[in-house]
Amino acid sequence: MKTHKLSQLAKTIRSKNAGVDLITFDVIFAKRETYERVKRAGVLTRETVCRLYRIGPERIADFVEFDPGNAIKFTIYRLRPSGSPGDPDIFGAQQYAPLLDVEVPDDAASGP
Amino acid sequence: MIGGHVDGEAAVDSLRIICPNGHLGFAPLRVESFRLGVAVRPDYIAADSGSDDVGPVPLATDTSASPLEWQMQDLEHMLLASRELGVPMIIGSSGDTGANSRVDLYVRIVRDLAVKHGLSRFRLGYFYSEVDREKLRRRMRAGETVPGLEGHPALTESELDATERIVAMAGVHPFIALLGQGADVIIGGRSSDSCVFAAPAIHHGFPEDQAYYLGKVLECASFCAEPYGGKETVLGEITRNAVEVTAMHPAQRCTVASVAGHAMYERSNPYFEHVAGGTLDMSACRYEQVAEKTTRVTGAKFRPADEFRVKLEGAGRIGERYVGMVGIRDPYTIAHVDEVIGWARDKVRERFGDGGYELHYTVYGRDGVMGELEPLRDRPAHELCILVQGVAPTANMAEEVCLIGTRQMFYARLPDVKGSAGSVAFALDEVLRASPACRWTLNHTLRCRDPLELFPTHMTAAGG
Repeated sequence: MKTHKLSQLAKTIRSKNAGVDLITFDVIFAKRETYERVKRAGVLTRETVCRLYRIGPERIADFVEFDPGNAIKFTIYRLRPSGSPGDPDIFGAQQYAPLLDVEVPDDAASGP
Repeated sequence: MIGGHVDGEAAVDSLRIICPNGHLGFAPLRVESFRLGVAVRPDYIAADSGSDDVGPVPLATDTSASPLEWQMQDLEHMLLASRELGVPMIIGSSGDTGANSRVDLYVRIVRDLAVKHGLSRFRLGYFYSEVDREKLRRRMRAGETVPGLEGHPALTESELDATERIVAMAGVHPFIALLGQGADVIIGGRSSDSCVFAAPAIHHGFPEDQAYYLGKVLECASFCAEPYGGKETVLGEITRNAVEVTAMHPAQRCTVASVAGHAMYERSNPYFEHVAGGTLDMSACRYEQVAEKTTRVTGAKFRPADEFRVKLEGAGRIGERYVGMVGIRDPYTIAHVDEVIGWARDKVRERFGDGGYELHYTVYGRDGVMGELEPLRDRPAHELCILVQGVAPTANMAEEVCLIGTRQMFYARLPDVKGSAGSVAFALDEVLRASPACRWTLNHTLRCRDPLELFPTHMTAAGG
């Protein structure tokens, strides 16, 4: 099946602290139909995020499909609060990269 | 537009606030869009100056993460515009942390600026947010539980012992109290950024539903606009039924997508914003493009809490810290980098034992940025950089921990290595003193009977 990478479909893919104990991830689409298509494809769910980041389901603090923003958003617990010695990403700003390459199958009807 | 101060009723149809900076001092505001915002003649000029993004070091060591010059520059722009228009200026979370010393610093800067520019006399209100550790301990010993947020267990005395400084997160209450006393300028301790903007709206009698949403959308300045570009001024206007937000920069717009998208930023759930005294519920918000650069939002709902709880932030110092850095190019050594690190750790252990210090290795080129979350950690690059951090109670010991932990990587003994003259490359043959190692200790909430209990307000004068 033909696929596209999430980085080709999403307008914004980012990560950022949400307070000192959480990192939140936003995948935002410019068009409603692209957003709906990625939702339908089931490639971004609690389960796929756990597999991608190799974490247990208890690390996911929240997972929201945010229709008003055409966005899929999830939040994970840090193991230690931000800025503890050894924390390499105090702002949590560079944790999204693995999402870029998530493969999204093309719908029968639509291209990218 | 508004007339005078009227408490408790909407004597006016709308109120307009500009926000020039989402984190005053952290990077300078952009002057062009700020002047355009001032030209609109808003009723208030407001910004928050804090963030816990800067990590635990500033709060634990009672410093700012932002350079004094940048703090002064933004305060100067805002103060001069506020006095020129004759409208109040409000600052929350002074100096990154909102600690008492940061409030005093900002009050001093405002006073000095008033003298420097020969400003007419004005009323300068301020409030503190620090929570005394021993008072908190007494409340805990009297049986009060201090529950943790986001997975933290309830506060224990040992965590309190590890804490250097605590600030409470103010809601709208101290701002409203000071506006009621006729403050022309307010310098706040630690505050929820949305409350810096919600407070004047509530003070003028606008519904909490709209007021808290106004705060939510303005708090990060141009992060609610597109195209992306921080530190540009945005204008928010509140009426009884709606909030409208407008980008001031000529090339930016507040669109349905950018404003709705901003609800997600830096928060775990895009529908709810918790502040002292309640929760803003954005799940029924409707967004509408009403002009080229303006989006209108309706349907926000503020739900007062059953119990008045205030968030506490605390940070403590773990020890002094040194950093070292090495590089590796030999593919065999790269494949065995954990053994190289293990060798160096052993040497530190031989000198200092198993505890009483921390030693951290960050392996760039393998999993330096993401650590345990890195899916590609078994595919390291052709060269690695390793950052070594040594933490110990004294600077001397931290230096030695770090130096052994760095230099001994050079002597690591790998069985089949071809290069037998040194296992790593040094760009610097030394270790460098870094900021003290600190950590967040409190992310908890405290029940308060009086919303002003933790936030004593003061009024003074400046200028003329």
